[in-house]
Amino acid sequence: MNLFRLSWKYLTFRPPSTGLNVILLALGLAIITVLLLVQDQFENKMTKDAEGIDLVVGAKGSPLQLILSGVYHIDFPTGNIPLEEAKKLSRSRLIKNIIPLALGDNYKGYRIVGTNHDYLGLFEAQFDQGKVWEQPYEVVVGATVALREGLKVGDTFESSHGISVGSHDHEHDYQVTGILAPSGNVIDRLVLTSIETVWYTHEEESESEDEKDHAQLHQEVSKTGFPEGDEAKEVTSLLIQYRSPMAAVQLPRMINSGTSMQAASPTFEMARLFELLGIGVSLLQGLAFVLIGISGLGIFIALYNSLKERKYDLAILRAIGASRGQLVFLIFLEGIMLTSIGALVGILLGHSFLAVIISQNEQGVAASLDAWIFLKGELWILVYALGVGILASLIPAWSAYQTSIAKQLTKS
Amino acid sequence: MLISTENIQYSHPGQAPLSFPDIHLKANEALLVLGKSGSGKTTLLNILGGLLKPHSGSVSIDGVALSSLEGSNLDLFRGKNIGIVFQKPHLLAPLTVEENLQMAHYFSKKKGQEINRLLDELGIGEKSKSRVQNLSEGEAQRVSIARALVNSPKLILADEPTSSLDDENTFKVLNLLQTQAKKIGAALIIVTHDQRVKDHIPQFIEVKGA
Repeated sequence: MNLFRLSWKYLTFRPPSTGLNVILLALGLAIITVLLLVQDQFENKMTKDAEGIDLVVGAKGSPLQLILSGVYHIDFPTGNIPLEEAKKLSRSRLIKNIIPLALGDNYKGYRIVGTNHDYLGLFEAQFDQGKVWEQPYEVVVGATVALREGLKVGDTFESSHGISVGSHDHEHDYQVTGILAPSGNVIDRLVLTSIETVWYTHEEESESEDEKDHAQLHQEVSKTGFPEGDEAKEVTSLLIQYRSPMAAVQLPRMINSGTSMQAASPTFEMARLFELLGIGVSLLQGLAFVLIGISGLGIFIALYNSLKERKYDLAILRAIGASRGQLVFLIFLEGIMLTSIGALVGILLGHSFLAVIISQNEQGVAASLDAWIFLKGELWILVYALGVGILASLIPAWSAYQTSIAKQLTKS
Repeated sequence: MLISTENIQYSHPGQAPLSFPDIHLKANEALLVLGKSGSGKTTLLNILGGLLKPHSGSVSIDGVALSSLEGSNLDLFRGKNIGIVFQKPHLLAPLTVEENLQMAHYFSKKKGQEINRLLDELGIGEKSKSRVQNLSEGEAQRVSIARALVNSPKLILADEPTSSLDDENTFKVLNLLQTQAKKIGAALIIVTHDQRVKDHIPQFIEVKGA
């Protein structure tokens, strides 16, 4: 027997109401865990995905929407822009690099992105198998897509129109030429191909099969810059790298006022988004702290009440040789054990919540989160819990320290 | 002398001071402390056990003056050398019988007697793994006696150990206390107002109260 075991015995001997307080504490801590995990991973991911992209240009509309669709592939695109205008812009001396994107189709909810080989370079993508696309209808799939849909090099599939599941199917088959290694970036969830592929897919709608120029399907696609196309051709958005800091001042103004397109900066828009989300996060944090406070009070009351019943026990312990210090330690130990259990359950609950959210949201952004990453910040949760345990035990421990053995034992 | 006291006085707040007759007892001897209820018998027992500090006078056990010990040293001394049987058993409810006795070993930092053998001797050997709530009153009383004995103390103090027992059980408990005290060579002091006890232990002092 020792104090830990004695404390544990008393803990398991308690009424179920104590369990309720521990659950309350666990819930509060679970909310904080989820917030910590989501905040950390989101911000990390968001910055990682936008790395190397100084400006996004697309059709006029909401700048945030343009960033979300162009960089993170979450929201719907604002529309398309004429190829001609995009090409004109690319000749600006303020621009170091420009990557066009053409959206419009999906494969089982994973977006098919028409672009050039520079896009792979932007994310420093590595191939797990196969090689990059060279002809129309050849695609490279991200690691998550390949894993979830079981795609291998050489497989073919049909796409659906629109950028979310459930729209009508296109007829031409895509062929997988490469599979990317997992990178933790947005490209894990994408199907990448040439802009020509996206164009031809949509031309099929209007032209009949016979009229189509079969020769063009076997031409090499453009690997960098813009593909050749007539006046009617469009792209969805452009990812731009500045040549000099000067561009940050001049280029957005030039695009927004001088063209039919709009320019948005990922850094600026994401900062705005986090500011908006911040209100919700603080609200949840507040709720979590209220829960923790209430559970702390509940644990205090439980300890205090059980102490009243246990003054005899404490006096007996003194009579058989326990010191005041040992009794105080015993009470603290009990409070701390209770809240530590709460903390461990809370952290586990938080991670499980997140795992459930992720499994419910396979194609969305949440899917790229990892529920079983443990952060240093979670140690703070343990510290909070210990703090609550110590606070809740202070008064009961003091009263245990003050208990007079003789008085307690002669009271009947 | 194993235990000797001199001119002990104690006053409860708002009451006239109590003074107690001196006690001189050797190892292996037994002494009754008799007195009406309210006369301060239990107060004397608490003073002898170091649970209460007398206002004047001194208690020394095995050559150690209790007044010279403070705080945890006094607690440890009590745990090692004094076994107390209270009026009510006061066992720790979350623990089993055996664990209750182990606590006494733990706090006194003493190996003491072998628990299962002791329980066997007290006739409750088969209860060692039972929960305290499942014991009868008589069994619980014997467990509390075992707890007082388990560290082989030099002094055993018993507070009204027989007040709620019938004649037969009174005799058994007294017998048990006396034989066990002899076995470990301890001095035994029983505080009681129970006249039946007088027939078994001849040596006594009387507390007259204020």
